[in-house]
Amino acid sequence: MLSVKDLKASVEETAILKGINLEVKAGEVHAIMGPNGSGKSTLASVLAGREEYDVTGGSATFDGEDLLEMSPEDRARKGMFMAFQYPVEIPGVNTTNFLRTSLNEVRKFNGLEPLNGADFLKLMKEKMNVIEIDKSLTTRSVNEGFSGGEKKKSEIFQMAILEPKLAILDETDSGLDIDALRIVAEGVNRLKSSDNATVIITHYQRLLDYIVPDFVHIIYDGRIVKSGGKDLALTLEEKGYDWIKEEFGEMTEA
Amino acid sequence: MSDELEILKEVTDQDYKYGFVTDIESDVAPKGLTEDTVRLISKKKNEPKWLLDWRLKAFRHWETLNQAPQWAHVKYPEINFQDIIYYAAPKKKPELESLDEVDPELLKMYDKLGISLEEQKKLSGVAVDVVLDSVSVKTTFTKKLKELGIIFCSFSEAVQEYPELVKQYLGTVVPYTDNFYATLNSAVFSDGSFCYIPKGVRCPMELSTYFRINEANTGQFERTLLIADEDAYVSYLEGCTAPIRDENQLHAAVVELVAHKGAVIKYSTVQNWYPGNKDGVGGIYNFVTKRGICKGDHSKISWTQVETGSAITWKYPSVILKGDYSVGEFYSVAVTNNHQQADTGTKMLHIGKNTMSTIISKGISGGFSNNSYRGLVRIGKNAHNARNFSQCDSLLLGDRCGAHTFPYIETSNKTAVVEHEATTSKVGEDQIFYCNQRGLDTEQAIGMIVNGYCKEVMKQLPMEFAVEAQKLLSISLEGSVG
Ligand SMILES: Nc1ncnc2c1ncn2[C@@H]1O[C@H](COP(=O)(O)OP(=O)(O)OP(=O)(O)O)[C@@H](O)[C@H]1O
Ligand SMILES: [Mg+2]
Repeated sequence: MLSVKDLKASVEETAILKGINLEVKAGEVHAIMGPNGSGKSTLASVLAGREEYDVTGGSATFDGEDLLEMSPEDRARKGMFMAFQYPVEIPGVNTTNFLRTSLNEVRKFNGLEPLNGADFLKLMKEKMNVIEIDKSLTTRSVNEGFSGGEKKKSEIFQMAILEPKLAILDETDSGLDIDALRIVAEGVNRLKSSDNATVIITHYQRLLDYIVPDFVHIIYDGRIVKSGGKDLALTLEEKGYDWIKEEFGEMTEA
Repeated sequence: MSDELEILKEVTDQDYKYGFVTDIESDVAPKGLTEDTVRLISKKKNEPKWLLDWRLKAFRHWETLNQAPQWAHVKYPEINFQDIIYYAAPKKKPELESLDEVDPELLKMYDKLGISLEEQKKLSGVAVDVVLDSVSVKTTFTKKLKELGIIFCSFSEAVQEYPELVKQYLGTVVPYTDNFYATLNSAVFSDGSFCYIPKGVRCPMELSTYFRINEANTGQFERTLLIADEDAYVSYLEGCTAPIRDENQLHAAVVELVAHKGAVIKYSTVQNWYPGNKDGVGGIYNFVTKRGICKGDHSKISWTQVETGSAITWKYPSVILKGDYSVGEFYSVAVTNNHQQADTGTKMLHIGKNTMSTIISKGISGGFSNNSYRGLVRIGKNAHNARNFSQCDSLLLGDRCGAHTFPYIETSNKTAVVEHEATTSKVGEDQIFYCNQRGLDTEQAIGMIVNGYCKEVMKQLPMEFAVEAQKLLSISLEGSVG
C-alpha cells in the first residue's frame, strides 16, 4: 500500500530525513519509535504532503501511485489520514461542519454522493459510540480550547468518520489519560481491517500493549536504523536509546 | 515559494465577477458643479423651496472647503469635482404595480447578480426598494407596510408625500457642515431611501435596498433617512454591486438614523462595488458618512457591515448615545485585496448615562492592499457608568499587505469602563495544511478559515443576507483554481 524508498527531505537546506525505507501492506500495523528530533513527525508530514519540506531524493508510492506528485488534499482524498501530534486550532469553524465538508470532499473525489445533514449526524452518532468522544466537542470550533487529550481524541474521531486506508498516528497517545488511551486504542482496533493499515508513531510501549504492531521501526537521525517485531519496543523500553546511539551514532556522523 | 503563497496570489488576482453594463437611457446633467447644477437637481425633482435652500446652503459651505480630507490612511489621485456628472436618471420614470412591468434589462441584471427580485419577493418576503442610478424604479410591499403605518419609499417620494417628516429630521444627525463629502452630498444628493416606523410598531420584514451604480462618470450621492419612533423596531438591509469601469467613480452617500425612546434599529450592509482591476486601476471611491442617534432612553442602534468591494473605502458608521441606557453596536468585516484600500471603523459618542457600546471589527487583507481600522470612543462628562468594549482583529493573507489599527479613546468621566483588545494574525500555513490533510483544497481552506474568523460579525446578519455575505467573502477570496 505504502512503499517508501530512500526518502530524503530537508528544511531550508538542513537534511532531516536521510534515506527512509518503509513498506506498509494492507492489514498491517507498524510502529515507529525513536528519540526526540529524530525525524518521525517529519516523515509523517512529508508523506502527508506538507510544503515546507523539500523532498531531495528517493520515492514514495501509495497504492502504486507516485505519492510525491500528489497535492496534500488528493492524498487525503485517496485515503491517507494523519493524526497530528499538535492539532491546530481553527477559530470559528464548527467541528461538525468541518468534518462534514471533509467527508463530502473525500466522497466526491471517490464518486460518491455527498451525505446530507441527517445522514451525517447519524454517522457521527455511530462513531461517537466507538470513540466515546464528548458530544459537546463536535459543536465547538475545530480544536479551539480543546485540552491536549481532547485534541487527540478528536483526531481519532475524525479518522473514524473518514475511514482512511492508511492512518498515520503521530504520538496520538501522549496526553491521553489511561482510560482515554484504552478507548482510543480500542477504537483504532475496531477500525482495523484487512484493507487498511496503520502507522503508529509513539514513544511508549504502553500503547503497543493495546494495539499490537506487526513491525516496530526505530528512527535515528533521519534513518530507520532497526526494524523488528513487537519485542523491539520492549527492548527499547528496557534499555532506552543509548545502545542505538552507540551503535549508529558514528555511522550518521560520517 | 510555497503553494499557499501562490494560491494567495491567485486569490488576489481574481477578476471581478459582476462586470457588465446595463443599457438604460439616461437623462444626464452636464459635467461640473455650480449653483445652477444644484438648482437643476432640485427642479428636476420638483422640490419645495426649503429643500432647495438647504441644498444651496450646503453648496455655499462646500465652496469654502477647498480640499477633501487628508487624514485617512488611503492614497488616491486628487478628484476633479468639476469633471463629475451630478445627476442622471432613467428618462421615463415608470410607475409599476408589479414586477412584470419592471424593465427586463433590469431584471436581467439582477439575474446575473443572483438576486432576482422575483425570488426575493417570493422566498424571503423582503420588500425591495431598488435604487438604480439615483432614481427609485420600484418599491414593493409598500401597501402591506402602509397598513402598519410604516413608510418605506424613495427619498424623492418622501419629499413630495411626507415633507414635514423629511424637514423635521433631514440633517439632524449628519449636518450639512459635517465633513467635505457629507456637505457635497447635501448639496447634490439625487435620491435614496426614506423610512419611518411609527410608535410601537415592529416592522415584520427586513427592509432591503439594493444600490447599483450604472452610469459612466456619475458620482453617486445617495441619501438615506431612517426614523424609528418610540418603541419601534426595524431591520434594514443595504447591499450593492457595480459594473466594471475604467475610471474611478466617486460615491459619497449619507445615511442618518434616528432612534427614539425604546426603539431598535439594525442596519446591515453588504458592500461589493467594483474594487478596480488587479493592478489597482478603476474601482469605486466609497466615501460614506453614516451616523445614527440614540435619541431616547433605552434605544439601540446596531450597524453590521461586510465590506468587500470598492477601490477605496472610507466609512465610519457611528452612534451618538444620547439617551440614558442607550446601546450602540458596530460589527464589521472589511476585506481588501489587490490594491484596495480601506479605512473604516466607527465612532461611539457616549453622552447619556449608563450607555453601552460594542465594537467588533475584523479586517482581512490580501495582495498589496491596506486595511485600517479607525475608531473613536468618546465618553462625555455626564456619561456616568458608560461602557465600551472594542475588539479589533486583523488577518493577513500573505506578506505584501498591510493592517493598521488607530483606536482613539477620550474619556471625560471617571466612572466609564473602556476596554480595547486588538490582535493581528496571519492565516497559518499549518491551518491550511490541516484542512488540506482533511481533503479540502487551499481555496476552500482559506474560505473556511476566513469565514470562521468573521463568524462573530456574520452571525449578526439576517439569515438571507448572511448566506449572500458568506458567498461574497468566498468570491472575493476565491482564486481561479477549480
Ligand atoms: N519546519 C522546520 N524547521 C526547522 N527545523 C525543523 C522543522 N521541522 C522539523 N525540524 C527539525 O527536524 C528534526 C526532526 O523533527 P521531528 O519533528 O520530525 O522530530 P520527531 O522525531 O517527531 O521528534 P519528537 O519525538 O520530539 O516529536 C528536529 O531537529 C527539528 O527541529
Ligand atoms: Mg514528533
